[in-house]
Amino acid sequence: MLLRLTPALIVALLVSPILAGVAMALLPAFGYLPALGGEALTLAPWRELLAQPGLARSVGVSFASGLVTTAVSLGVVLLFLADATGSRLDRWLRRLVSPLLSLPHAAAAFGLAFLIAPSGQVARLLSPGLTGWERPPDLLIVQDPWGLSLMAGLILKEIPFLLLMSLAALPQLEAPRRVAMARSLGYRPTLAWLKVVAPALYPLIRLPVYAVIAYASSVVDVAMILGPTLPPTLAVSILTWSHDPDLTQRFLAAAGAVLQLGVTLAALAGWWGLECLVRRLGRRWVDGGQRRRGDSLLRTTGKGALLAATLIAFAGLGGLALHSLAGFWRFPDALPATLTLTHWARALPALGSPIATTLIIAVSATLLALLLALAALENEQRTGRHPAEGRLASALTLLYLPLIVPQIAFLFGLVILLESLGLRARLALVIFGHLLFVLPYVFLSLSEAYRRFDPRWSQLALTLGSSRNGAFWRVRLPMLLAPVLTAAAVGLAVSIGQYLPTQLLGAGRIATVTTEAVALAAGANRRVIGVWALVQASLPLLGFVIAIGVPRLLWRHRRGLRGTP
Amino acid sequence: MNAQHHLDLRGIEVRLDSVSLVTLDAYIGPGEVLTVMGPSGSGKSTLLAFLAGFLPPTFTARGRVLLDGRDIPALPAERRAIGLLFQDPLLFPHLSVAGNLRFALPRRTPDKAARIDQALAEVGLAGYGERDPATLSGGQKARIALMRLLLSAPCAALLDEPFSKLDTHLRQEMRQLVFSRLRDAGLPSLLVTHDREDADAAGGRVIELGH
Repeated sequence: MLLRLTPALIVALLVSPILAGVAMALLPAFGYLPALGGEALTLAPWRELLAQPGLARSVGVSFASGLVTTAVSLGVVLLFLADATGSRLDRWLRRLVSPLLSLPHAAAAFGLAFLIAPSGQVARLLSPGLTGWERPPDLLIVQDPWGLSLMAGLILKEIPFLLLMSLAALPQLEAPRRVAMARSLGYRPTLAWLKVVAPALYPLIRLPVYAVIAYASSVVDVAMILGPTLPPTLAVSILTWSHDPDLTQRFLAAAGAVLQLGVTLAALAGWWGLECLVRRLGRRWVDGGQRRRGDSLLRTTGKGALLAATLIAFAGLGGLALHSLAGFWRFPDALPATLTLTHWARALPALGSPIATTLIIAVSATLLALLLALAALENEQRTGRHPAEGRLASALTLLYLPLIVPQIAFLFGLVILLESLGLRARLALVIFGHLLFVLPYVFLSLSEAYRRFDPRWSQLALTLGSSRNGAFWRVRLPMLLAPVLTAAAVGLAVSIGQYLPTQLLGAGRIATVTTEAVALAAGANRRVIGVWALVQASLPLLGFVIAIGVPRLLWRHRRGLRGTP
Repeated sequence: MNAQHHLDLRGIEVRLDSVSLVTLDAYIGPGEVLTVMGPSGSGKSTLLAFLAGFLPPTFTARGRVLLDGRDIPALPAERRAIGLLFQDPLLFPHLSVAGNLRFALPRRTPDKAARIDQALAEVGLAGYGERDPATLSGGQKARIALMRLLLSAPCAALLDEPFSKLDTHLRQEMRQLVFSRLRDAGLPSLLVTHDREDADAAGGRVIELGH
């Protein structure tokens, strides 16, 4: 009975805070917030917003970042897949990319910043030999006004995401057979893939692509590390206004939040326009019957770009490690003169409490998400109702709403709502806030394995006299242990990387490794940042170690369960 | 174990949309095997799914199914006391061989370990209890699957082409073992197959389904 209610519960749990949050941003945006003396509807907040210096630039960078990040990431992923022949390099790359998915955005952003900064590793390697620089040049590479480093940092993280989403969708398409068919008609392999597989793949990964657009156009933590500062991106400005001690700035922040919603919607609409254009041009290209031209160029681009992105991400991590251990390090030297554990020793006492808080929040949100996802999937099995694959038919599609609506737009409103209700259970609110973002990923990660599970196992258990609950606990759950733990690891990683929900719902009073690391971005002691960013990057790995290790240990005498996903 | 079980199928009809797939009227006495033959797509697996309680919602079925006089279509699958053998032995991969047999024993069975040892010995697999089912041969798995079905003390058995994936020489051996065991247990059984030799080995009545 309880099980039947889970889909409705999930939808209510996810959709109502978003709707309430957006509503509570809309009202103050038009001057209505009785708690702060706003009794009448007015356009004053908008006038104030439009008078902010550099607003157009903030909006422009946010909008462009949404589209450029997505276009480049998707392009690289598609070109790489087009040429993925299963060679050793391909398999090696895929294995390297998976852990990058669990890498928090902030850690990846710090890694990139350390790499490309005027005094970063790249400049050091090239200096003074090639550049002639004896001291760091006065260049604005990180936090450049165009947001290019911001987009680069996002691309590093979105490529693994889109690649893994595509790899999960590909088996349905029988890509090898399609390509073989096209090749037998004389098409070169890469062109064959792009012409016969890519058009079928895109609809299956459309939702993740939209999530990337929404995320890249409204991200806060990466923008605080890599994004422009004068003016910052729109999302960062909203956060600053909403933290302003002058409470009347809340009206300005609310108007900003609504504008952010508009910017993200505009980016999504712009992308939709691009989709139409590409579809039209693409159809002409596919119909054109070109079989060879450009094949080798496309091939090297895809593989080269993916390789570069992966190597940069790992080099960034290496840079973080190096900085966290560096003693005296003169500028053009490629390596520090001395290595020391001082920075770690000094940070250690301060690390304990944020790590504990991070884990409490992550474990609670993940357990709740697993419970809900398992209940919804089990209900789906028992009622025999399966949502159509890839179509927006099921109400559970609303699950992805938190990934499409910009975080800052509804979290800001939610905070206003909670404040006016007087809710102060900060830790519980933060856990709930994380759940909004953890649940979609846990569900996404688990549903595939759950729906593919051979129904005969449960039928068999029932004919042997086991109850439905017994069949779930004694057959389905143990046999699906590995995917369940993987989903849990994904959930933990998502929660650990969250910045904005912790910051806003915790009213700045709940410190996790992520909020602490991002807070250091302004301070700019690289050695300390190195320590914190590395800790932030390694926490999610714990989950994956457990997800891989426990089934191996538990099923070490059960050959039938090894090698299954 | 030798109770007098009987399965009475009255006016069974399974439909997909408005198309009638299977119609069946039959009485299966204790230890008898009724064979339903037909090509793939004739609806014979759907018939078994209906009897076992797993009819997909796209199908509709009507008719009375009386097992030992109880009308069972209203019951959930786990309370029908109908055992099922699939094409694959489907030994639970996370349990040991003995764990698979223990799974089938009714909860309050006294002296479970002895029952399991005895069952293993009866099919020549004494001492295999702690083995990982994935390490058994095809024939050994099939025998464990049969013993698992019998240990659950069903009142009837449904066989869904249980020999089709075995090697030729094993097939003959398994047919004999399965049918003699079912007969000894006094279970009314329904076999669906497209293999004439299965039907001959079963030795009971044969009903052929058309398209």
